[in-house]
Amino acid sequence: MRLALLTDIHGNAEALGACLEHIAAVGVDGYVILGDIVGYGPDPGPVIDKVMELQSRGAVVLLGNHDEAIADGVAGMSELAAEAIHWTREQLSAEHKAFLAGLPLTHQVGNALFVHSSARDPGDWNYVIHRLHAVDCFDATDARRIFCGHTHRPILFHQLAGRPVEEFVPKPNAKVPFSRARRYLAVIGSVGQPRDHNPNACWALLEPDGLTLNRIAYDIDSTARKIAATRLPRWLGLRLYEGR
Amino acid sequence: MSERKILAPGLMIDGFTLGERIFAGGMGSVWRATHPDHTLPIIVKIPFFAPGENVSAIIAFEIEEMIMKRLSGPHVPKFLGSGELADLPYIAMEFVEGDLLSTLTDAAPIPAAEVVRVGQLLARALIDIHRQQVVHLDLKPGNVILSKRGAVLIDFGLAHHDKLPDLMGEETALPVGSAPYMSPEQILGDRTHLESDIYAVGAMLYELATAKPPFGIPNTRSGLKQRLKTPPAMLAPALSGVPPGLAEVILKSLSVDPADRYPTADHLLFDLNHLDQVALTDRSQRNSGGFLARIGALLSRPSEARRATPRPTSFEQRFASAPVIMAAVDLSHGADPLAELVRVHVRRVLAAEPRARLACVTVLKTKIIGEDKPIDEAGRPAYIGRLVALKDWARSLHLPEEKVSYHVLEGVDAAASLMEYANHNPIDHIVMGARASSSLRRHLGSVSSRVVAEARSTVTVVRLGGVGETDEPPPGPESVPDES
Repeated sequence: MRLALLTDIHGNAEALGACLEHIAAVGVDGYVILGDIVGYGPDPGPVIDKVMELQSRGAVVLLGNHDEAIADGVAGMSELAAEAIHWTREQLSAEHKAFLAGLPLTHQVGNALFVHSSARDPGDWNYVIHRLHAVDCFDATDARRIFCGHTHRPILFHQLAGRPVEEFVPKPNAKVPFSRARRYLAVIGSVGQPRDHNPNACWALLEPDGLTLNRIAYDIDSTARKIAATRLPRWLGLRLYEGR
Repeated sequence: MSERKILAPGLMIDGFTLGERIFAGGMGSVWRATHPDHTLPIIVKIPFFAPGENVSAIIAFEIEEMIMKRLSGPHVPKFLGSGELADLPYIAMEFVEGDLLSTLTDAAPIPAAEVVRVGQLLARALIDIHRQQVVHLDLKPGNVILSKRGAVLIDFGLAHHDKLPDLMGEETALPVGSAPYMSPEQILGDRTHLESDIYAVGAMLYELATAKPPFGIPNTRSGLKQRLKTPPAMLAPALSGVPPGLAEVILKSLSVDPADRYPTADHLLFDLNHLDQVALTDRSQRNSGGFLARIGALLSRPSEARRATPRPTSFEQRFASAPVIMAAVDLSHGADPLAELVRVHVRRVLAAEPRARLACVTVLKTKIIGEDKPIDEAGRPAYIGRLVALKDWARSLHLPEEKVSYHVLEGVDAAASLMEYANHNPIDHIVMGARASSSLRRHLGSVSSRVVAEARSTVTVVRLGGVGETDEPPPGPESVPDES
């Protein structure tokens, strides 16, 4: 079973399109969308349409905090994120909003758990950045392999029973093999707004024996131009060039 | 011990039938085996995990399985299969015929020429596995098989892959490796340098030459740390019996700061192939200053170690940033415009990569194989005159002595001579000139086109562009303006 994992698309249709094209060429058996379909980006409606189409073909789609904020409000969000949510809300149809409101927080298959933020209190949107966050996340579930997004910065935590949690930043396009003796927590990089100083869109290929973080160049100029043509803060376009 | 009951000759594991047990120890056992799909002689390594302890054996198994699966080529045993930790962990691989290097270290000291030969074999093996992104980190005489196909490295349980998670982890409290051969940075817990393997090769060559490892066999932490503060010059006296070039190579490999060692095993092999051209430094020149010089070396070391060396971020970038460049210069017409243009391009390549080294090569044509050495008008061997011309050609590049070497090849067929040289040395990039076509060249094929077709490395072919190039012999050196 080969799964494509996509997270933090954030209304970036160009980045999503480039990833889906690459995924089609690579060939997968299914999709998991790990939330934050909207927010920040200029194409929330078209991106939701695409994600709904993927869902109709069997994709698992999870809720992110930006998706939740469309209905529930922007409490706890940064000013920039909140401003983008207010704009995004105006762009969405009732059908789009209903779709987002109906998304689940987690999905578990066998020993794999998929969630937007941390397995610990998924609805609290905890960030997994440091080892201590990883320890909290591991402690909250029995799953051996956990896949999340939310931080836009890819990192892989791994742990051998009785040993400290270790961390590793996966190299682009290089498959990291799984050891069956270890537990893994993979934070997948963002499709639509990478923040690890690599501007290329990220999607992950999950195979039974390993994980590959693919980085895909896309037409940032178009996305930034669209952002500049809206009331969205211009910085949201500029940051895409630098991956921050 | 339930393990012993289960594991016995005749037991079948995933198609591998166990034969004779050839090793048993605290960490596991090694068995000869057969498999219907493989004609190679096979061994199966089966780790033994005592319940509740010895997590390092589990990690070593995880690492070896992960790394062996990804390695190929003549310098590692062929990987044939493995079993999961959760079921029955094992690694099946080719049984490599040959002698362990420890048979030679047991017989040390051995003649210098043998030390050089072993060094060349080890360097070739490192060139291969480092290019596959793997640093071994536990090289010692017991982990090297000298086989018909060269040095074969075994036991990758402590290895590190440049692109994969380090399963040893940063939390390991104690340094791991084999004390006599372990690099200073490994003692400090840093497992990311390919120069660590170069250090281990230096330590093994030192042992082969002197009969003991550079720091003996330390069994205390402070004994282990001695190498962190001992500059190689302090080790020089023990090498007084070996040729100075070899001593220099060994001591350079044993530098405390990885940045002072060879940047890649390619550079190490290159020096071992050309010991007569190794630039001698304070490291090996123990006669020049004696005790005071060594104290001076000791005092000057820390500042050198502290200098900011920008570190490449991956092994791939390392190879790109420290290439061995071969400049093939045709000096049969003297320093003609084409030779000068080759130098212009060599200068560009060198300017881009400050850690590059240059091998200047020219071919002195002989008429028939085995002909007596040609002699010039003054009665000297023509070889000498050509070497002088080659050094003069390179002079305006202003390269430090340790970064450049000069090679006058003698042969009937220039392309064949160049290819033979390039195949025996770790050359990344050849820069050479091509002359305009002539009926003769169209017939026989030009030297450059044959090198381009046969070389394993990148080749830059330089041509004099524009008008003026004819089939006429180029002007002699006297008409060429002096560049400097």
